[in-house]
Amino acid sequence: MSASTVPASSWDRVRGYAPPPRYLPVVATFALFVGLYGVGGMRYEGLSDPQVLLSLLLDNAFLIVLAVGMTFVILTGGIDLSVGSVVALSTMIAARTLELGWSPYLSIVAVLLTGTLLGLLMGVLVHYFQIQPFVATLAGLFLARGLTYLISVKSISITDPTFTSLAFKTVYFGEYYLRWTAIVALLTVVVAAFVLARTRFGRTVYAIGGNESSAVLMGLRVAATKVGVYVISGFCASLAGLLFSLYILSGNSLHAVGMELDAIAAVVIGGTLLTGGRGYVLGSLLGVLVLGMIKTIIAFDGTLSSYWMRIITGLLLLAFVVVQRFATRRQR
Amino acid sequence: MTQLARSKAVAPPGTDRPPVIEMRDITISFGAVTALDRVSVRLFPGEVHALMGENGAGKSTLIKALTGVYTVDDGTVLVDGERHEFHSPAASQAAGISTVYQEVNLVPNLTVAENMMLGREPRRFGAIDVRAMNRAARKTLLHLGLDVDPATVLEDHPIAVQQLVAIARAVGVQAKVLILDEPTSSLDADEVEKLFAVMRRLREEGVAIVFVSHFLDQVYEIADRMTILRNGRLVEERMVAQTPRLELVRLMIGRELETLERLDRAPRTEAEGGAPLLTAIGLGRKNSLEATDLQLFEGEVVGIAGLLGSGRTELARLLYGADHADTGELTVRSERRRLRNPRQALARKIAFSSENRKAEGIVGDLTVADNMLLALQASRGWLRPVPQATRTRLVRDYIEALDIRPADPTALMRNLSGGNQQKVLLARWLIVQPEILILDEPTRGIDIGAKAQIQAKVAELAEKGLSVVFISAELEEVLRLSDRLVVMRDRHKIDERPNDDVSVRDVLEIIAGEAREQGDRDA
Repeated sequence: MSASTVPASSWDRVRGYAPPPRYLPVVATFALFVGLYGVGGMRYEGLSDPQVLLSLLLDNAFLIVLAVGMTFVILTGGIDLSVGSVVALSTMIAARTLELGWSPYLSIVAVLLTGTLLGLLMGVLVHYFQIQPFVATLAGLFLARGLTYLISVKSISITDPTFTSLAFKTVYFGEYYLRWTAIVALLTVVVAAFVLARTRFGRTVYAIGGNESSAVLMGLRVAATKVGVYVISGFCASLAGLLFSLYILSGNSLHAVGMELDAIAAVVIGGTLLTGGRGYVLGSLLGVLVLGMIKTIIAFDGTLSSYWMRIITGLLLLAFVVVQRFATRRQR
Repeated sequence: MTQLARSKAVAPPGTDRPPVIEMRDITISFGAVTALDRVSVRLFPGEVHALMGENGAGKSTLIKALTGVYTVDDGTVLVDGERHEFHSPAASQAAGISTVYQEVNLVPNLTVAENMMLGREPRRFGAIDVRAMNRAARKTLLHLGLDVDPATVLEDHPIAVQQLVAIARAVGVQAKVLILDEPTSSLDADEVEKLFAVMRRLREEGVAIVFVSHFLDQVYEIADRMTILRNGRLVEERMVAQTPRLELVRLMIGRELETLERLDRAPRTEAEGGAPLLTAIGLGRKNSLEATDLQLFEGEVVGIAGLLGSGRTELARLLYGADHADTGELTVRSERRRLRNPRQALARKIAFSSENRKAEGIVGDLTVADNMLLALQASRGWLRPVPQATRTRLVRDYIEALDIRPADPTALMRNLSGGNQQKVLLARWLIVQPEILILDEPTRGIDIGAKAQIQAKVAELAEKGLSVVFISAELEEVLRLSDRLVVMRDRHKIDERPNDDVSVRDVLEIIAGEAREQGDRDA
């Protein structure tokens, strides 16, 4: 019973360090990413350029932010299907309000507020009305998409000077560069990782995913936390929407169709269990990068059709879920 | 206060301290039903106080009144002589009352330290200080004599350790009163000892411990005083040492229980049975059971004794085909064939009632009638429904024969007490008219009355020629019912003997091997 409970000295711990099993999925995703990058770098000229990695970040900034929000929800054992639609709604609100001549800052506030409120609404439905997260956020998916059409059925391009300058604002590291959007995405990851690891709110998220009724009996703030994760996901979705509108500089009801599924795929590939309680935002970041890397390799290859992206994503998802299944079974 | 304590003769000797908790004339009703009727309980610092009573006696209602889950309709709760009203679990916890429930109410995916400290983690600059948290947790664990690394993940530990961590969490809040509600039901003997060591330590420190358990042995081993409840009323407050077992049982059920005596059955031997009905030779499965031989004759009850993890359940599952045997052979009547699944077993008139009543037994949202008929319907196949008249007759007959309460076929299964659920499960298997019935822990966690009824039924069925494999953690029960005894340890059979004049102590000695010293345990 008391095996492996011998108090180890710090030196022993350093010397005998092996990553605890709970980090293995993230390590696996990281290895996969490195592997893809390595193989791609050998096969295709130019892919090993570090700028490819940076471009990966800036091309997927919005997806990273989405995946971060999704990670919170999935960690509690829930799911948020509405985020793709909220991204579309956000691009539309931004484009339309700017077209109406709003101040860009007011426009940003309007976008973030809408997403956050939608998240709050779904969180309340899920927790207080005890509606399955799948159904509540499916309703949110249709609602947000419908609202987008209500604002405009046509595509509206964004020409506001503040927005366009934000969109192209670049940070240089020697000869390599990043856009601000990517930096916002990375900041989101850092803040989320801190919140999850080191705050009571974050630990409560894991506790709910581990065993919700225990969390209640332990006197944790389950209600606030459960609603909170949907609020965070809604906020992240609208933030991602802003990044997406900066990336694409238009508002369109057809933007981001199915993007929620990409986000879920990234989270799962990043090692987070759909049943909740296990996973890290860092994994989700890596999940997005893996998906992005596959896309990049296909683009570099040039002979592969883009649908290969979908096929490979599907296979990867399958592989990861099966591997997780075995990993968790061994633990029990 | 002190005066009141002296006015009854049962204050713990050597203490003239006032009670830490005094519940006076507590009454709680749900609609027209009075769950507790003017019940008074006193808890003194530094005692283990057993709360005794059958299911439905009001034990859990009383506990929930004390922990603030239920609000008291009438009566007063005094903590250290001061009146308190608990409207929420948080209020009760703030007054120093902590509870550990039967199921470990922790989160498996976080570390031991986090589980102990969740909600009150030490923080520095707004962030959780993991080091300080681990240090504090280790301190509490060491204080309880537990050598557990607080940084390890909870689910990597056995249930017993998890249960102890739950207690560590509870006492970490400076508990004055610790309520343990059936903490031992899933622990084996060694683990129970560990739990008791912690309880003794806390008792020495002056914590008042409320202990609820169905195991009389454990109550007699650890408790100092007890309060006996029956039908929502206080029967008596007693010192444990001055209350013989039979008297306690009488107080709990309110009548003499003849079934506690040995059931009168002429023991059967293989001599009169002729060929065995079932023969297993070298039956085994990797990582679960080593090669085991077993024979079962017609009308015979074979009792399987052994601790948790001894392989008793594994053997049952192999006999029934619920798990696959890797080695050995199984002969049922004259057909030699290893069973691959429960369907094949059922077709050979073998029935199996699992120890895991909740997960592998009842379907909570179906009615009593549906639950009873599940196995019969399954064995007929979905294309041949059981005629309505037959259904009604069967259900009525079995409700009556097994004295199932409420006697309402349309009641939802989950609303029945554990004992009655178990009777419905027994009925489910009896309806398919098996010739071999495997019962794994059929009486676990149910009250003494229902237990006696189930035992009597098993004995009666065996008289009529049913062969039974009876598995139970309670050795008394196994000895009472069996014709032949199989003792298991560490995943294999270590002994087999006819059950004549075998005592609990004999069995314990067999299980413990020669090494165990005599007098370690009283039968």
